[in-house]
Amino acid sequence: MATLKLSAVTKRYPNGFEAVTDMDLDVAEGEFMVLVGPSGCGKTTALRMVAGLEDITEGTIELDGRVVNDLSPRERDVAMVFQNYALYPHMTVAENIGFSLSLQRMPKAERRQKVAEAAQILGLSEHLDRKPAQLSGGQRQRVAMGRAIVRNPAVFLMDEPLSNLDAKLRVHTRAEVSRIQRRVGVATVYVTHDQVEAMTMGDRIAVMRNGRIQQCATPQVVYGLPNNLFVAAFIGSPAMNLYQAELSADGTTVALGNQTLDVPTVLRPESVAGSHRGRPVVVGIRPEELADAARAGDDGVGMRRLEGTVDLIEELGSETLVHFHIDAARLSATDALLADADEDPDLGAGEIGAETATAGVARVAPDSRIAAGQRVRFAVDTEKIHLFDPETGDSLRQAA
Amino acid sequence: MTSESAAPSPPVAVRRATRRSRRRRGRDIAREVGFYLAVIVVLLIALFPFYWILRTSLLTDTQVGQGVGGPNGIVPSHLSGVAYKEVFADQGFATPLLNSAIVAGLTTLITVFVAAIAGYALARLPIRGAGAILGFILLAGFFPVLAMVGPLFLVLRDLGFLDSIWPLIIVYLVYTLPISTYLLRNFFMQIPAELEEAALVDGATRLVALRRVVIPVAIPGMFTAAILSFILAWNDFAFAVSFLETPSHFTAPLAIVNLGQSQFQVFYNRIDAAVVIITIPVALLVLFAQRRIVSGLTAGSFR
Repeated sequence: MATLKLSAVTKRYPNGFEAVTDMDLDVAEGEFMVLVGPSGCGKTTALRMVAGLEDITEGTIELDGRVVNDLSPRERDVAMVFQNYALYPHMTVAENIGFSLSLQRMPKAERRQKVAEAAQILGLSEHLDRKPAQLSGGQRQRVAMGRAIVRNPAVFLMDEPLSNLDAKLRVHTRAEVSRIQRRVGVATVYVTHDQVEAMTMGDRIAVMRNGRIQQCATPQVVYGLPNNLFVAAFIGSPAMNLYQAELSADGTTVALGNQTLDVPTVLRPESVAGSHRGRPVVVGIRPEELADAARAGDDGVGMRRLEGTVDLIEELGSETLVHFHIDAARLSATDALLADADEDPDLGAGEIGAETATAGVARVAPDSRIAAGQRVRFAVDTEKIHLFDPETGDSLRQAA
Repeated sequence: MTSESAAPSPPVAVRRATRRSRRRRGRDIAREVGFYLAVIVVLLIALFPFYWILRTSLLTDTQVGQGVGGPNGIVPSHLSGVAYKEVFADQGFATPLLNSAIVAGLTTLITVFVAAIAGYALARLPIRGAGAILGFILLAGFFPVLAMVGPLFLVLRDLGFLDSIWPLIIVYLVYTLPISTYLLRNFFMQIPAELEEAALVDGATRLVALRRVVIPVAIPGMFTAAILSFILAWNDFAFAVSFLETPSHFTAPLAIVNLGQSQFQVFYNRIDAAVVIITIPVALLVLFAQRRIVSGLTAGSFR
């Protein structure tokens, strides 16, 4: 049974703006659910509706089987970590963590023990008598976590809790938050705009755009089988390379400019992509699916090669990013993300400005000899490429 | 360190630079001295009247009668606390002091309580026309005192409330509430809504969140409002002199005016002693509250 269940939840403001539209979401007991999307996509609004800080226009929210639409935040038994922590500045760390317990009129001795336990988990035991002003950013973040975990609530709500930490601390705290969540075992809804956080922390990810969930699945599925162009472009760093192309009449190859690639086996049947044969499609290739052909060992199949000109090399040590361009109209990932179809929330590539000669990115082994300015041949794992309908943005793999 | 830098005479460029920096330092010192001299002059001018009040309050009746000069110069040769004793023993100054304390204290308490609730509502609750409401509240406080004395006198007379300290509290509220409400509303608006939302999620009702989170954080604002209200009520003369008649109902500023008058002499020492006495509570209040005001608003609450 789902601990938290949103059914057709909509948030409409008096001025008619819909922040969240028809949202369905189930969060199972102990599950870590991440809501991810660009700013303004409604993820925080959704979280605040669960917390009871925002009215629900339509639909229902259930917590442990009871509808909580009309309950105040304190009657819902949820705990929330705010983006800016919102620590009580006039209280010590212990008082901050124990505030909810003191509101429950828990006896002092028991309260002190619970606060001590939470502080133990978070490594705050030595700082219990300090005021928030005397803490570092990371410590404040942990106090905010402590306020949530001390209560053992039905669900944790976290609103970008790591966005105010510096990069190094964020990576560390990311693992920490996951570890604490598993230890406490409470269902969690975690809001972030950072797709790396989403990928690394979530049991499942719900990718949102313009108030609608685009796809809700495990990180592997969202990454490997994105539902549509938006999800494909949003998840992954560097982003997926997207090209305007044309499917051949027999549906077995796809043409990018004057080059051709094999279509993945699953997309070849008439039943899958039949209606797109001989028509434009968008091809998506993850940077890691492009390998340096000189290193990959030439198997002589021209259909699995993509030739381009190298613009720039970024050596990261563990891997090398090759920025290149080919003679095909390219959709940059930002186009796919920014194309804000106000009226039509489904992404249509037709209205996206196509650019030629914008760099694509390949992620190749660090021992590659590729240098800037070269013509280069990439080996493409064609079984893993994606095809999207340029009108609706939907992935053709959905039908497979 | 190389052997070159240890050479007996530093290079010409270095010497020149040293001379230049020395000259600059000389200018800096001169500027600093000038600044503090100016501060001292301004302070002397500002504080001299206070000194004169304190000096006069420590003279005897005879010394006052002799005027300034001779042994009664800027620093008198003989000082005594006799005027302070006379103010209480002969003039019964304790009663007006108590009256003032009651009036100013109650005015302050009511102001802070009502202004906090009203300010919070105007800052946070979705009230239609909150801005207009605030404007009207402020408008009431902007009427000149002398324009209000006449109408209020008639109202109080018809109600039979003249010559009592209690109606004074209501009159003072007319002036303290608008400014305090405005001040506290602005304070509450500065407090991030998330702080309160955190309390709501933690299990507080709105009132509990207000009492245990919002108001403690807004303490500097509460103290500012309290000080302003207290000083206004404590110092008021215009309303007191218009509405009070019986000396035992007088507030302290009103009592001072009638203090130390005899047919033959004005006892400036007694008046000034009373002035010193009524200044003390205000000075203490400000000193005490200042420490609270300095401790920042939401320091450490956010990232």
